[in-house]
Amino acid sequence: MTEAIRLKAKDYKSEVKPIWCPGCGHFSVLNAITKAMAALGIEKDDTVLVSGIGCSSRLPAYVDSYGFHGVHGRGLAIAQGLKVARPDLTVLALGGDGDGFSIGGNHFIHACRRNVDMTYIVMDNEVYGMTKGQASPTTPMDWDHSKLTPHGPGVRPFKPAALALAAGAPWIARAYSGNPNQMAQLIAEAVEFPGFSFLHVLSQCITFCPEQTDWKAIVTESQAPPLANADEAAKQFLHEDGFQTGLLYRERRATWPPQGAATVEEAALGKLAASFRV
Amino acid sequence: MSTRSLSIAITGAGGAGVISCGELLLRAWARAGGRGLLRKAYGPQIRGGESAALLKLTPDECYTAASRYDVVVALDWDNFSRFEDEIVLDADSWVLCEEAHELPAAVVAAGARIVHVPFAELASACHPEGRVNMLALGVLGRLLGLPAANLAALAGEKLGRKPGAYREAATVCIEHGAARDIDCQLPLPALGSRGAWYLSGNQAAGLAALEAGIRFVAAYPITPASDVLEWMAGGLERVGGQLVQAEDELAAINMTIGAAFGGVPAFTATSGPGLALMTESIGLAVASETPVTILNVMRGGPSTGIPTKSEQSDLNIALFGLHGDAPHLVLAPLDIADCVFTTGWAVQLAQHLQTAAIVLSDQFLGQSTAIVSEPRRCTPLAASPAQGPQDAGAYLRYRLTGTGISPLATPGEANQRFTADGLEHNEKGTPSSRQSDHQRQLAKRQHKLTGFDFGDDWARVEGDGPVALVCFGSSSAAVAEAAGLLAVGTRVISLRLLAPLPVAAFSAALKGCSQVFVVEQNHSGQLFHYLRGQLDFRQPVHSYALAGPAPLVPEHIAQAITKVIGS
Repeated sequence: MTEAIRLKAKDYKSEVKPIWCPGCGHFSVLNAITKAMAALGIEKDDTVLVSGIGCSSRLPAYVDSYGFHGVHGRGLAIAQGLKVARPDLTVLALGGDGDGFSIGGNHFIHACRRNVDMTYIVMDNEVYGMTKGQASPTTPMDWDHSKLTPHGPGVRPFKPAALALAAGAPWIARAYSGNPNQMAQLIAEAVEFPGFSFLHVLSQCITFCPEQTDWKAIVTESQAPPLANADEAAKQFLHEDGFQTGLLYRERRATWPPQGAATVEEAALGKLAASFRV
Repeated sequence: MSTRSLSIAITGAGGAGVISCGELLLRAWARAGGRGLLRKAYGPQIRGGESAALLKLTPDECYTAASRYDVVVALDWDNFSRFEDEIVLDADSWVLCEEAHELPAAVVAAGARIVHVPFAELASACHPEGRVNMLALGVLGRLLGLPAANLAALAGEKLGRKPGAYREAATVCIEHGAARDIDCQLPLPALGSRGAWYLSGNQAAGLAALEAGIRFVAAYPITPASDVLEWMAGGLERVGGQLVQAEDELAAINMTIGAAFGGVPAFTATSGPGLALMTESIGLAVASETPVTILNVMRGGPSTGIPTKSEQSDLNIALFGLHGDAPHLVLAPLDIADCVFTTGWAVQLAQHLQTAAIVLSDQFLGQSTAIVSEPRRCTPLAASPAQGPQDAGAYLRYRLTGTGISPLATPGEANQRFTADGLEHNEKGTPSSRQSDHQRQLAKRQHKLTGFDFGDDWARVEGDGPVALVCFGSSSAAVAEAAGLLAVGTRVISLRLLAPLPVAAFSAALKGCSQVFVVEQNHSGQLFHYLRGQLDFRQPVHSYALAGPAPLVPEHIAQAITKVIGS
């Protein structure tokens, strides 16, 4: 038996070089994920990172674990199927705001209510970066930098934490790409939480939204303990500015599928076939 | 015809229990050693619409719908007009109905013999909970020579979870029906050996999937595929698998892919509209080489189409629906019992070849019930190429091999870590947009299918005559019956494997044929056009394509062919 060697954050990075722009917030998310993996001492072979499509969804290839880079918006569905089929694995789904709240919006709300024991990290930069800067479901109404919506999207942005709460997510936190240590701490807590943990990361895109460098001045670290009451959380999530970071809400809820609900029968296949005999 | 087979239609309002009546009658007939088929016809409404149990009792296994009916039991006529196209009567037919009801014009015109039976009055007179469907069951049982006690026992099994009064009422109604002297003589088909199986195509497909190792299903409810899922939900629980009712078909196929990536054989079932939603992600299964099996129980299309009735019109989307060059498997079971073989084969092929398999069943196959001999199973395929543990970093998920099949690792295995990708990639799995990587991976994914030896099960070939009748899936039985009606020598080629099409074996099977007729149940001749693009035919090729939902009629097929070739 060889003694287990404590891995460092950099040991969890793969050899593939990220294709992100300089200054992208996602570098910080990658660092925080590997830092959290090192802190938890996670087995690389038993961990799967699943994503959809977008700049942030390229992340699984940059981590030295198993990974699945699926199609746009469907990472959460792949991740849930995997976790239900293989409960022994640690499963994290990752993606961006367009992937998770627009094309994958239906999967997001249903994942919140299904409560499979996994973690979902959304790197929200309020823009479609990979297709060169179009408005996303979290873009401010008056953001007029896109040729596609020259007068701004003119539509109220989603409040992801409120959405997750309404859909039944039991663990909701927010992090900021400018504070990777707090983010790593939150990711570790999310992975350890038994249920669907949703981490909303404000991850800046200075290429298409240079104004996001101002976030540094607005973001505040919440000092309050997480709310454990959905009524109070609803009030907070509907009225806040969306720049408070930390674990905001946590409530234990039964996960799906229920543990030990089914009893496996011996020779069940033979009995099933025999049930068709006249 | 009626000496060979006996056809019975039971019609009534949806929820009146005509399907239960038909099922119990066929099951009792099965216990007596008979063979036959029960086709279920529904309107779009589940309750309060129309439904019909269409039985065909035969001396041997039978997979064709009746082209005319010997007996019609009409519990009410209100909804009969919706089945007029499908329930053909003539002067030899018997109609059992209430005296008070006015007969539809088509029934009068057919000159059928009418026997009045006061079903409703008798049912309510014999028991307060008495129901007309159980009374009709007693009447029909007597006509078929089935003892009332056997019918009552079967009804008791079916009503096992209902209150005792219901079972008692059923027994009393069956007995009263059976005691009724009806002036109607029917020539009964000969009985066969006992020990048969009684199942629907959807149940057969579900059983086959479990037997082939499927332990994960994710799906979204859709007619006419939901009953596969309902059956599998119970089955999976017993064998230790999981079923997820997904939020939509996009989730269903992707959950299936996720489970399969985890090394758990995974399956989904749907129908046309659902298959359309799944196609993007089926391409993901192809590109990421993740094995999944999709059972598509076809219904009338396009769009919402005719959800409750059959058609073979999803061939094009199954073959060509994926974007890019995305080679995958398309199979079609030929009859209800063959749903066991072909679905099992599809699951095994998908696993072995690490790709997506689409199985084209249809409402006729899926929701009809037949009495059949024990279905043939698919022999397990040889295991995928073995792969020993490799040094850290040396594993190539998409390695170029002689067969095109690469070693497949699953999460949890030591040192074989990789990221599966729908982006084009190199052998390691790293995204790549290089021409050379794209060409190599495309060729590999194609070669693992076209270079595979599918053996003799790609089609069922019957006869060696000069006139070839080519079909796929559920048309097979009607085409085989049509061949029997023709004066010329025929060769029926019923395709199980549609993609990749085994062109060499197919060409060999056509050797010596002077004419080819492609028969299918859709409007545009989808199989005809596909085959013309794939095969270099040396003889004239004709299309007989007729849209659903009415089943293909062997006599009509034979007439159309005779018209072309002369008698």
